[in-house]
Amino acid sequence: MRKLFASVLGHTETSLAVVIIVVVLVFSVSSPYFLTLSNTADLIEAYSVTTILAAGVFVVLVSGGIDISFAAVASVTQYIAAMVATKYGVPAVPAIALACALGALLGCVNALLTYYLNVVSIIVTIATSSIFYALLIYITGGSEIYNLPDWWTDRVVFLRFETASGDFARITLPMVIMVAVVVLTHFLMSRTHAGRQIYALGGNPDAASRVGIRILRLQLLVYGYLGFLAGLAGFVQAHRVHQVVPTAMFGTELSVLAVAILGGASLVGGLGSMSGVVLGVLLLAILQNGLNLLGVSPYFFDVVIGLAILISISVTALTERRMRGRRRIAGAAS
Amino acid sequence: MSNSEQPLPPRTDTIPASLDRIVAAIRESKGTNLAGLLLLLLGLFSVFSVLLPGTFLQPGTMQSMMFQLPELGLLSLAMAIPLVSGGLNLAIIATANQAALMMAWILTTQMPPDAAGSEIWLWIGIAMVAGFLLCLTIGLVTGFIVAVIGVHPILVTLGTQTLITGISIWLTRGQTLSGFPDALIQVSNGTIAGIPISFGIFALVASAVHILLTRSVLGIQIHMTGSNLESTRFSGVDTRRVQIWVYVLSSLLCWLAAIVMMARFNSAGADIAQSYLLITILAAILGGIDPYGGFGRVTGLVVALLILQTISSGFNLLGFSQHLTLALWGFTLIAVMAAKRIIGVLVTRFRSRSSSGIS
Repeated sequence: MRKLFASVLGHTETSLAVVIIVVVLVFSVSSPYFLTLSNTADLIEAYSVTTILAAGVFVVLVSGGIDISFAAVASVTQYIAAMVATKYGVPAVPAIALACALGALLGCVNALLTYYLNVVSIIVTIATSSIFYALLIYITGGSEIYNLPDWWTDRVVFLRFETASGDFARITLPMVIMVAVVVLTHFLMSRTHAGRQIYALGGNPDAASRVGIRILRLQLLVYGYLGFLAGLAGFVQAHRVHQVVPTAMFGTELSVLAVAILGGASLVGGLGSMSGVVLGVLLLAILQNGLNLLGVSPYFFDVVIGLAILISISVTALTERRMRGRRRIAGAAS
Repeated sequence: MSNSEQPLPPRTDTIPASLDRIVAAIRESKGTNLAGLLLLLLGLFSVFSVLLPGTFLQPGTMQSMMFQLPELGLLSLAMAIPLVSGGLNLAIIATANQAALMMAWILTTQMPPDAAGSEIWLWIGIAMVAGFLLCLTIGLVTGFIVAVIGVHPILVTLGTQTLITGISIWLTRGQTLSGFPDALIQVSNGTIAGIPISFGIFALVASAVHILLTRSVLGIQIHMTGSNLESTRFSGVDTRRVQIWVYVLSSLLCWLAAIVMMARFNSAGADIAQSYLLITILAAILGGIDPYGGFGRVTGLVVALLILQTISSGFNLLGFSQHLTLALWGFTLIAVMAAKRIIGVLVTRFRSRSSSGIS
């Protein structure tokens, strides 16, 4: 049974799934409101922006890089799209397309700098993140945009259920975009040629380049994809809060990175799966909501996340070492 | 292999003779671009002197630069030691803030309000010892997880950063603490012969870290661990002990930064100076510290800090926004990395051409 689980999900995913099941059971017993349909729907919507960004960060992590400029990219694209939409009345589709294209472009800048300067991407993206963000604040003066057009802020509801208790559960636009991004990223990483190449690049860049993988092209795809998703996330974030604040997304870099890592993506590259990242987000969402319903102070939540990260990475490291030790013993015996 | 969880005093045994060359290379630090950085600093100074005649090269401007430098400087040193060891400490701001909160809590709530004279200094001493012990604990725990459990430092410090900030926010409910004894504020914002005391502290600490990294056995071992952890371990160095020391030292530097910061801002909070985190990495890399570990010197870092501070002060005097300064810092880092890369490519090309000409 355990083997079956492991073969379906992989290591981190299995342990995450087990932890999630335990947490859900505990919360369901202690609070009757937990796991109701409307509650679950709210939970998913609240984490939509994080999940979209985490999907992009996951792809970069698998390729062996670390990009922390996505929050700055999302802020820039969000602001420019909002500006053209409010000032020139640009309609929905071109405005969103502009945000995504601009995000992809800024992502490609990161890829080009990383490739040609031959510097680790975390350093490059620290520099570009400062530049993008600082220029945005400098040029806009930090002013917010409140008068977003209706198509941007109107709540789009695809499906609506009335639950037994009389509450409504809605399938909304952020959820649909989030699911689409997750499916697309999963498809990209596990069903396409490029996806396999990204794993190869992250696993061993030298070997990848020897077997003929064109690294620059792949890096443009990886960082461009994160930029594209950052543009999309910027749109969804403004859709949810009904305004564009240049500083709103800043400072979320490390928490999104933490979510991706909690889901089993490795900083060294070449490892991880989209399902793991989704489970990581799910665990955080469930923990936050469960603690809320139990009346635990919201201020306590970061303590729980911090502990969750430390425990999960320690357990992963210890099991890996144990498996390595076992393999060595097996090799010596034969 | 001894499983040392407690920091031991640096070993004083001699370095094997075969390592002499490596040690010499670390001490002389071949390959850092100190000359280039000094040239850039000189260039910036000249440009601002020409653009701002009569205001830039003035004692007042120099003094305010010296007041602003220490907090970022001490935090950058706290980042530099893990970087040299091949790691990273993303929790430095969180650690400094929590230490500041701890000290502020003792000074604002535990100290009797009618305390006077030497009694105040006793309480300041108690607060500092408490902050020291807190940072020591954070450093030991971080070092333990990195060294003994064997998790990548970025992951560990991402976790500790979230946890420490979480605890600070939980305990303070996001409030800031302020209202410290005047004695502390006056001393730490005072000057001796025109030089701010906080700058003096920074200069002393930077020199101490420089001597530690280049002259002590532990310092050489930190460089070696950063270069290649496995081969350092196989050459008989207890790399676990080295890594624990790295995070203890880094956290203790955060304690010093906390003292300087709480005195300058006259407040302590969980969210103060979060934007410094990435800037310390920027400063360290600009100063020539290798992000892969093993190389880098404090002198380069200090020159890089002076460059950043010069840009900031010059732009401030020119009336540009603080945000433009941040953008220019980012551009400077990319420009310096590009210059290094171009020079590197040119040098290899020149060498290969001249060698092919000889043969």
